[in-house]
Amino acid sequence: MKFKSGLLISLMALVTILAGCEPLLVLDPKGPQAERQASDIMLSIGIMAVIVIVVLVILAVILFKYRASKQPDDYEPPHIEGNIWVEVICIGIPVLIVAYLSFVSVQSNYIVESAPTGYENEEPLVIYASSSDWKWHFSYPEQGIETVNYLYIPTDRPLEFKLYSHGPITSFWIPQLGGQKYAMADMVTTLHLGADVPGEYMGRNANFSGKGFAENIFNVTAMSQKEFDEWVEEVHERAEPLTEDVFNKLLEPGHLGQMTFTGTHLEFSPAPEHNHGSDTDDLESNHDDHTSHDTQTDSTNVETDHSGH
Amino acid sequence: MEFFERFAIPHPSPMIYASMVAIALVSIGILVGITYFKKWGYLWHEWFTTVDHKKIGIMYLISALVMLFRGGADAILMRAQLSGPDMKLLDGQHYNEIFTTHGVVMIMFMAMPFIFAFMNLVIPLQIGARDVAFPRLNALSFWLFFAGAMLFNISFVIGGSPDAGWTSYFPLAGNDFSTSVGTNYYMLALQISGIGSLMTGINMMTTILKMRAPGMTLMKMPMFTWSTLIANVIIVFAFPVLTVALLMGTTDRLFGTHFFTTTNGGMDMLWANFFWVWGHPEVYILILPAFGLYSEIISTFSSRNLYGYKSMVGSMVLISLLSFLVWTHHFFTMGQGALTNSIFSITTMAIAVPTGVKIFNWLFTLWKGKIRFTVPMLYSIGFIPLFTIGGVTGVMLAMSAADYQYHNTMFLVAHFHNTIIPGVVFAMLAGLTYYWPKFFGFMLNEKIGKSTFWLLTVGFVLAFFPMYITGLDGQARRMYTYSEATGFGPLNMLSFVGAALMAIGFATIVYNVYYSYKNSPRNIGSDPWDARSLEWATHTPVPEYNFARVPQVFSSEAFWDAKKKGHQLFKGELKDIHMPNNSGVPFIMGIIFFIAGFSFIFAIWIPAVIALIGIFVCMALRSFELDHGRHIHVKEIKEIEAQYEEVQGNEARSHTTTRV
Amino acid sequence: MKLDHTQPLEYSTDQNQLNILGFWIFLGAEIMLFATLFTAYFTLEGRTGSGPTPADIFEITPVLIETFVLLTSSFTIGLGVHAMRLGRKNAMLTFFGITLLLGLGFLGVEIYEFTHYYHVGATYQTSAFTAALLTTLGTHGAHVTLGLFWGLFIILQVKKRGLTPENANKSFIFSLYWHFLDVVWIFIFSFIYLKGMMM
Repeated sequence: MKFKSGLLISLMALVTILAGCEPLLVLDPKGPQAERQASDIMLSIGIMAVIVIVVLVILAVILFKYRASKQPDDYEPPHIEGNIWVEVICIGIPVLIVAYLSFVSVQSNYIVESAPTGYENEEPLVIYASSSDWKWHFSYPEQGIETVNYLYIPTDRPLEFKLYSHGPITSFWIPQLGGQKYAMADMVTTLHLGADVPGEYMGRNANFSGKGFAENIFNVTAMSQKEFDEWVEEVHERAEPLTEDVFNKLLEPGHLGQMTFTGTHLEFSPAPEHNHGSDTDDLESNHDDHTSHDTQTDSTNVETDHSGH
Repeated sequence: MEFFERFAIPHPSPMIYASMVAIALVSIGILVGITYFKKWGYLWHEWFTTVDHKKIGIMYLISALVMLFRGGADAILMRAQLSGPDMKLLDGQHYNEIFTTHGVVMIMFMAMPFIFAFMNLVIPLQIGARDVAFPRLNALSFWLFFAGAMLFNISFVIGGSPDAGWTSYFPLAGNDFSTSVGTNYYMLALQISGIGSLMTGINMMTTILKMRAPGMTLMKMPMFTWSTLIANVIIVFAFPVLTVALLMGTTDRLFGTHFFTTTNGGMDMLWANFFWVWGHPEVYILILPAFGLYSEIISTFSSRNLYGYKSMVGSMVLISLLSFLVWTHHFFTMGQGALTNSIFSITTMAIAVPTGVKIFNWLFTLWKGKIRFTVPMLYSIGFIPLFTIGGVTGVMLAMSAADYQYHNTMFLVAHFHNTIIPGVVFAMLAGLTYYWPKFFGFMLNEKIGKSTFWLLTVGFVLAFFPMYITGLDGQARRMYTYSEATGFGPLNMLSFVGAALMAIGFATIVYNVYYSYKNSPRNIGSDPWDARSLEWATHTPVPEYNFARVPQVFSSEAFWDAKKKGHQLFKGELKDIHMPNNSGVPFIMGIIFFIAGFSFIFAIWIPAVIALIGIFVCMALRSFELDHGRHIHVKEIKEIEAQYEEVQGNEARSHTTTRV
Repeated sequence: MKLDHTQPLEYSTDQNQLNILGFWIFLGAEIMLFATLFTAYFTLEGRTGSGPTPADIFEITPVLIETFVLLTSSFTIGLGVHAMRLGRKNAMLTFFGITLLLGLGFLGVEIYEFTHYYHVGATYQTSAFTAALLTTLGTHGAHVTLGLFWGLFIILQVKKRGLTPENANKSFIFSLYWHFLDVVWIFIFSFIYLKGMMM
């Protein structure tokens, strides 16, 4: 165990040095989800480094030992078909490694896909993050606030992002708080994040979405719950209300600075109905499931259509 | 007026105009040159109408090399644009077009024809056959590939290149967000060359299953033949999925259907699923024949039989099955939930096991061998550690929770280049050097070849290893620029330097061909590398009929047995040899497909319909045609064989000089 | 050309055997093609947008006629191949002719069916469901159309050149194709029409 953590630390140090002193964003986590992911990454880098080193050493030894220039001219290499025990070892070791990593991977999946640990008692803050060409709209339905291209979040509280898109597929990503998830036009996906440390973080759309993709970024500021509440109040005092006309203007392709409104666009332009990857369907959502899901939502639509006949 | 606007480039730049002029000049130059040297007849009789697998293989090879430079030019432009923060070399739109065409060209029009080249050149020789099962279909496959490739390549001077990424995800690739005809090019060009690939798959499978020399049972096939068989099984089962996906994408864009749109029930996720149900097997279509080539080369230059033949075959079969069960790992972040991700995470990691077995088998093949460091062997030796790194980073990506952080970043870009370049490209260059003498009658210069290898390897490491780090630092892929504050600058500069080294490396290949053509000796005999399988048992360059007598095979290393254990490969009297006739129909059909594709792209319906009818007329003509081929008579065979005998006098001497 | 008289005529040369194996592999690819179309259809079946649902537009009568006609044609081509093996050229040509006529009948009803869909507002552009439906049916229909021409050419060749190994080979391969289209139709009938009408 000591050896392993020692190896991990030295690897972390190596990666850091290579990157030029500043720690790499993904390996500098500021929330429980990102921490889990960073530790998975470091663990797999460690195991994989061992594999690569073993292969390299074997290769180097063999090349050195059996190079033609070192052998007598009349040396005839033997004919060897293969040995069942050698094969068993060659299969067995990778199987063990893969089995162990699979175990970790499955465990992490369930951790990353549920509310962050550490502050279970807190009520989660629900934020709708929707993308349009090439900006992000953040709606806080409980607070009645909407911002563009910046995000204020309280620390030590579960955050539940409801993601969808007004255009192409995008991907909502704040590396230091956790991994990304797609935002799509015909359904809502859920991403669980949490922030432990107040500070400013980079967030961006990670999925290519056209001409303005490179600049499709937003700022995240994490602060204590108290400061967050103060900000909410301040917005309600100062900001303009968001109307449908204004919102439709915002949707036009292009780039915008940071903006703040009271009210959310969800009131007049609700999110797509289909909800995907929320807490409840963690267990039952396998792949085929999502098609049947769609069928269900749409058949309810159809029934309403029918009533008009 | 509106009609003509579609043909204009939507985002012109001086660079594009310059390449337009360059393309026009080069094309005119080629046409004038051919006419001046009166080569039209030669081209038509020897190449355009040929059904000889060796000539078709050579045409694939040349196309692949040309496309390598086309895709490479895209790559170097991308790396230059990203070499520093806020570079102004390319604008966003232009950058998007370039990374899209880079991906499509490299996968579909470079790697695919490259492996088809080796399949065509080597497979009939390696199994002791005179040609493939359907020679004319084979020619049609090539001309369809070529039509697709040309169609795709004219996109950037007529109407604009596709700009939605090589994955072409909808709705971005739909009419709402991609208004130029670029994505139409993508849909149609891939469709046409895809049909060609499917036909090659059927052709190669039939050839390998039915046309092996007497005595060559399935478990006595050389490893490259095995890998080709399995790759073609994957082609037959994966390509129809692409066909349907492209058809739907085409109707969405041209006829206003709603498969992948965001309205009227369309489902953008369906495209992503179909694309990767084809796309993941596709990477194994590329890598398995590469594994096959490495197996041949490593065994030859260690002077040892391939270790663990059965487990090599078994692992390839397992890889081919698993390749159809992992597609979801390309979008773990689509929100399928933890259970689905866990399943696909495990299936993906499982592929590491058979791949690991192969790596160990290659290592054990080297063990106790007599290793000669020739150029093909250098690529194979470089492949083992570099591909291992590519493979283990693949296992890292397979951990779905962590993939939320890797996905869509430069880490992913580094990973797949790390598998494709040492895996596929190195194999192709190794195969090129290895088989060059068999088909062209002279060896490529070893010294220049070695410097190519080192330039490519060092360039590769410098270009792609930094991307692992910038990926973990939050650099998303496909960004055309970044600010100085991100700190991505120095590492991207390093990548650019690496890419430049690789560019020099690829240029040295051309120089090597020129240099060797001028200077290499021609009396190299039929077996310059002291190889082990049947393709080296016939003359160099290979006669039209491949083998004067059909060989008798006793093991997977028939030629080695003949050399060392005195097995007689060729027994019995010479007989008349039946050969297929040349035909111009495949070439003409290629042209018609090109016209059909072009008309569909620009929605000009009258020529489109005429071209479609033309295709059916060609098929009808083929149905009514009586073509029983021709025979090469014993007398003629004896004359040809006698010519080779004369040269063979020099062989004993050349053996000692050319063997490295 | 070497003839192997222990084999049926359509298998009697090396090239004939290659052709038949190659065609079986092609049918494997065709299975994948239709499997993909079915997957798309099942995924998009319920996504009707503002357009009609399967139950709104499917009519049982034409579908039953199509099924009956196509199943019969599969039987008659079987008889045709049997006659060919017995060397009875005229019987074979008659059965092939009947097969093609039945195929033509099938196509006629399918065209009627498509115009019906058009009139009830289920066009290609209406919704994801209609697009998937018409693409799946259309791909099958296009295969039948191609088969009609192909079959016609084979009849002409057998008439002109007799039952040569080459023609026997072509006829046999064509019968494989035709049976395959029938199998696909059974899937279409069960999983598109019957399922759709019950929904």
